[in-house]
Amino acid sequence: MYNVKGVQKKVLKGGNVTKGSTKRKLKNHVISNLFLAPSSIGVLVFLVIPFFVVIYYSMIDNPIGRNFVGLENFRKLLENEAFLQAAGNTLFFSLVAVPLVVVFSLGLAVLLDMNIPWKSQFRTFFLSPMMVPVASVVLIWQVIFNYHGAMNELLAVFGFSGVDWLKSKYSMLVVISMFLWKNLGYNMILFMSALGSIPRDIIEVAQLEAAGKFTIFFKIKLRYIGSTILFVIILSLINSFKVFREVYLLSGDYPYDSLYMLQHFMNNTFASMDYQKLSAAAIIMCLFMIVVIGILFFIENKVGEDIEG
Amino acid sequence: MKVDVKARKERRRRLKTAFLVIIAGGMAVFFLLPTVLTLANSFMTSQEISANYGMIFSEGDKKSYISEAVNLKFIPDMVSFKQYSTVLFKSPEYLLKFWNSVIYTAPILIIQIIIAVFAAYSFTRFRGRLKEIVFFAYIILMLMPYQVTLVPNYLVSDWLNILDTKWAIWLPGVASPFSVFLLTKFMRRIPNSLIEAAKIDGAGEWKVFTKICVPLCKGAIYSVAILIFIDYWNMVEQPLILLSDADMHPLSVFLSKINAGEISLAFAVASIYMIPSILVFLYGEEYLVEGISYSGGLKG
Repeated sequence: MYNVKGVQKKVLKGGNVTKGSTKRKLKNHVISNLFLAPSSIGVLVFLVIPFFVVIYYSMIDNPIGRNFVGLENFRKLLENEAFLQAAGNTLFFSLVAVPLVVVFSLGLAVLLDMNIPWKSQFRTFFLSPMMVPVASVVLIWQVIFNYHGAMNELLAVFGFSGVDWLKSKYSMLVVISMFLWKNLGYNMILFMSALGSIPRDIIEVAQLEAAGKFTIFFKIKLRYIGSTILFVIILSLINSFKVFREVYLLSGDYPYDSLYMLQHFMNNTFASMDYQKLSAAAIIMCLFMIVVIGILFFIENKVGEDIEG
Repeated sequence: MKVDVKARKERRRRLKTAFLVIIAGGMAVFFLLPTVLTLANSFMTSQEISANYGMIFSEGDKKSYISEAVNLKFIPDMVSFKQYSTVLFKSPEYLLKFWNSVIYTAPILIIQIIIAVFAAYSFTRFRGRLKEIVFFAYIILMLMPYQVTLVPNYLVSDWLNILDTKWAIWLPGVASPFSVFLLTKFMRRIPNSLIEAAKIDGAGEWKVFTKICVPLCKGAIYSVAILIFIDYWNMVEQPLILLSDADMHPLSVFLSKINAGEISLAFAVASIYMIPSILVFLYGEEYLVEGISYSGGLKG
C-alpha cells in the first residue's frame, strides 16, 4: 500500500527526480546528524573542546598571568623526578606485562581450542576474574603477599626465606600476577574467536600435505590471527596503563617506589592543582598513545594485505 | 599386532588429554582462588578472622592470642552470617557506599546505551567521508587512557560547577565513545538489503531504526551493557579525582580504606560487592563472550 502511494506521489509531482533526491539527501543529512548529536555533543564537550584548553594550559606559565612560555612546561616536566619515575615504572610494567599477557592468553586459547573435556567450564573459570571487582579480591591478595602472608609460608615449607612482597623490588611481580589474573580471560576470548574463524579447509589441506602440528600452528594459524595479536597487544598496553587501580587498592596513594605509577603522579598533581604540569603530562601521554595506535594501524594494514594477497 | 598399535595410540591420546586437563585445571585454580577465598572468608567469625590474619591487619600492636603466621583456610571453623547481618542492618556506611556504586552505574549504563544506539545507527546508515573521519576520531578517543581523558573531564566539570556532585561522574560517563564503537560494528553487519527492502515498503528512517536495527541489535546491546557495567561497577580513577568528598565515593574506593578492626566485615562487604557482578556474569556469559569477540579489530 505504502508503495503505491509513494509512486503516485512521485508521478503527481511531475517526476522531478533530481529535485526529490537532493531534498531526500538533505533530509537524510538532518536525520543522520540528529541521531549522532547527543553522542557527538557529549564527546565534544567533555573530551575534545577541553582538550584544546589542555593544550593551551600546557603552554602558559600560570592560570592568572597567562604568559605564553612555549615548551617550558614540558621541559620542566621531563626534569621532574616524580614524573620520570612514574613514567619509567609504568613503561617497565607495560614492557614486562604485555608480552606475558599476550603469550599466556594465546596459550589458554590454544588449550581450549584443543579437544579437551569440560571446555566451556574452563572458559567460564578463566573468564571469571574479569567480572570480579578488583576491590573485592584485594584483601585476599594482601593476605597472600604480606610479609607474614601465605606465599611466604609456602616458600618456608620449601626452605626459602620470605620477602616482603609489597614493599620491595618484588612488588612488581605481585602487580603483574594480578594484572594477568584480571586480563587473561578477555584476551583469551579474542584469540579463541580469531582461531575459530580460520578457514578449516586450509588446515585440512596442510594436514593432507603432512604438515606437522607445529608447522600448522606457526606457519598458518599465527599468520591468520596476526591482526588479532596486534589488537591484543594494543589493548593490553592500554589496560596496563590502568594498573594503577590494582596498585592503589593494594597500597594507596604512596606505594613502594617501584609501584609509583603515572596515574599516581596525575592524582597527586590534581591534589596540588598544578594545571600546567597536569596538562603537559596529559599531552605527552596522548602523543605517546597516538604514536602507538598509528603503528598498530600501519601494521594491521600490512598484515591484512599479507593474508588477502 | 595391529590391535596393539591401535591400543597404544589410544593410550597416548588419553594421556595427552589427561595432561591438558591437568594444566587447564591448574590454571582454573589460579583464576578461581582469590574469588573463592574471599567468599569463604566472608563466612568466618570475626574471632577466626583475627586469629588467622591478625598478623597482617593489626600491624604494630601484636596481641598474644594471634597466631604467629597467617592461616589461609577455605572452610570456616564455624559458618557465621553475623558479619552479613552487621553489614546489612547495623553499619549503614557500607550500604551507603554500595548504593553510591548503584547510583553511579545504573544511569550511565542506561543513558550511554541509548545515546550510543542512536549514534551507531547514524554511523551505519549514513556513511560518508566526513563520517568515517569522525568514527576514526571516536576510536582514537576510546583508546585514550584515563591519564589523558580525566584532565579534560576535570576541567569541564570545574567550569560547569559540577565537581563533587554526581553529575561529574554521570555526564562524562554517558558520553563515552566505547559503546558507540562496539554497537556500530554490530550494526554494520546487518545486511543492507534488509533495510532497503523495508524502505521500499515505505518504512521511514524512524521505523527502520526502531523496527529493524534495534531489535536485531538486542544481543549486541546486552553485550555492551555487560561491558559497561564491568567498567563502571569497578571504577576507581574517576571518583578519586572528580569527587573529593569521601562520603560520595563508591564501594570500590571505600573497600580499600577499611581499617584493621573491621577486617571480618570487609570480607562480607567484598562478597556483597561481588554478587551483582557474578550474577551478571552467570546469566550473561554468552553475551559477554560475543561482545568481546566483536571488540577485536579496530576496523568498523
